[in-house]
Amino acid sequence: MTAVQTERPRSGTAVTEEDIRRALSGVLDPELDEPITDLGFIRSLEVAAGIDGAEVDVHLRLPTSFCSPNFAYLMASDSKDAISALEGVARVVVELDDHHDSNLINAGLAADAGYRGTFRHEADDSLDELRWTFRRKAHTAAMERCLTELLRANASLSEPSVGTVRLGDLPSGRHKDALVRRRLAVGLPTEPDAVVLVDQDGRPYATGDVPMALRRARSTRISIDGNAHFCRGLLRTRYEGSGADQAHRPEGAEASDHHTLLPITVKEIHS
Amino acid sequence: MYSKDGENYFIVDAHIALWDARPENQRNIHGKQFIDCFYDYHRNLSPESELWSYEEYLYQGGERLMKDLFVDGYVDHAIFQPAYLGAFYKNGFAQVAEAFGLASANPGKLTYNHCFDPRQGEAGLDRLRADHEKMKFTGVKLYTAEWHGESRGYKLSDPWTYRYFEECRKLGVKNIHIHKGPTIRPLDRDAFDVADVDHAASDFTDLNFVVEHVGLPRLEDFCWIATQEPNVHGGLAVAMPFMHTRPRYFAQIIGELIYWIGEDRIQFSSDYALWTPRWLIERFVDFQIPEDMTEYAPLTTTQKKKILGLNAAKMYNIPVPAELQLPDAGETATGPRQPERADLAGAR
Repeated sequence: MTAVQTERPRSGTAVTEEDIRRALSGVLDPELDEPITDLGFIRSLEVAAGIDGAEVDVHLRLPTSFCSPNFAYLMASDSKDAISALEGVARVVVELDDHHDSNLINAGLAADAGYRGTFRHEADDSLDELRWTFRRKAHTAAMERCLTELLRANASLSEPSVGTVRLGDLPSGRHKDALVRRRLAVGLPTEPDAVVLVDQDGRPYATGDVPMALRRARSTRISIDGNAHFCRGLLRTRYEGSGADQAHRPEGAEASDHHTLLPITVKEIHS
Repeated sequence: MYSKDGENYFIVDAHIALWDARPENQRNIHGKQFIDCFYDYHRNLSPESELWSYEEYLYQGGERLMKDLFVDGYVDHAIFQPAYLGAFYKNGFAQVAEAFGLASANPGKLTYNHCFDPRQGEAGLDRLRADHEKMKFTGVKLYTAEWHGESRGYKLSDPWTYRYFEECRKLGVKNIHIHKGPTIRPLDRDAFDVADVDHAASDFTDLNFVVEHVGLPRLEDFCWIATQEPNVHGGLAVAMPFMHTRPRYFAQIIGELIYWIGEDRIQFSSDYALWTPRWLIERFVDFQIPEDMTEYAPLTTTQKKKILGLNAAKMYNIPVPAELQLPDAGETATGPRQPERADLAGAR
């Protein structure tokens, strides 16, 4: 289960809320490519000492009742797996609140029924392909952020010429770090001579195809940033006070998210 | 009609509803969850001055609709796009009979589009023919995430949907509006995927496919299929109010749409009663792309006029005063391409 990174607490000490939260920070919303802990999706978290070890009770919440149930299930089952993997945990209950499929998903999790056991006739095989689709989109968006940053910083750089930009040509920083992480996640090389703009199989584009590949990547980035902020906003609207549990997302942030951003100035029309 | 700075805008609100989500009409918890989800959209994206109370939001009625659209809202013509949702509401969410009655009483102002569910098979086809005989609609609204017995969604590429499209062809129902909600089965794949629209649009080139909320949350997939299929259009339901809280996001949505599909295939809508048209129209006419977004050209008055009404008027043959009409723009740089090339480029 590659979306989950587990960390083991120091042996000999009791499992703490902090340990659970750290484990949950490895669970990603696959669609938004962010930890559920940054999105404010943890509604409550309780750890009690039991005879055989810690007993953990986690409630998850989502921005709407109609968030897609496959993503809802992935986050809930990944959460249960991440906590179960911690040493010293004896029992885990993960429940999804206020969703149209809460009953179905919670029953499936309690019985460890798995994806197909939970959704029966609505599941074909597995959710691996779904994870891959969004891992690739996350990589596409990260690639576009780096190249657009480069284009904005160098007025002399033309769009077709970004097709030959290599990892080593990118300035270090948040965007490049994110790109390297996403490349590792989709199995692409991270050496300095690796070409940045590649298709899903890792192949660079012919010069003539570069502008459209970049534009297409841009629409993916806009979509992910837009969804990430809209989902955050809806959660805050739905659950009063939940904003305090959300981490700021600089990508796609607007004046309404952050008071230190400059006010927008608009273009003049000359027509 | 809306006028500002000496310019006149003919307004078509291409996606409106007359709904009843009051508790007595809710069939189960999902009826409440559905309207609560809409109400959170409304609360999250509206300016404070435009907020409705929850009670107002549950049901508006025809009189209020006429006032919000045509007295307060500058709208010249509006199009009903009913989502039936019989699994969630006893008498349906969209009030089909009331909307049809209102449109019949105001033919110059309102167009009634109908709805169908391909999972109703032969009986549904008979019903579609009978309904069309009575109501003479030229468009339908399809909500692909509608629940129906054991099924919680369908695709436009399903064989039965094709049977219905063939019937639409015969009846002269040309405009297919698609509201892509999460289509559940199979859950293995992205439920918001718009690839099925691509198939249907390729196989029914004489029908128009208007994808509502421009494919959001999958704007990128929508732009890609729409640029390949000249009969795919984008409806701005749900996208419009982002102008208020997320103007940079909205600027990018509009900028991308104009790049990929061009100014002639984008339709304004308030998505009434999710939002009311007045403030959306005022703000859109004032809206401009932020200066630092050098990847997009500024929006022109011509583009705004087309989006706000002329594009939908053309699709529905709604008469527009001669002095307000505008010629089509040239093709976008992105296409439409030849189908064989599009399929290669679109390999996922």
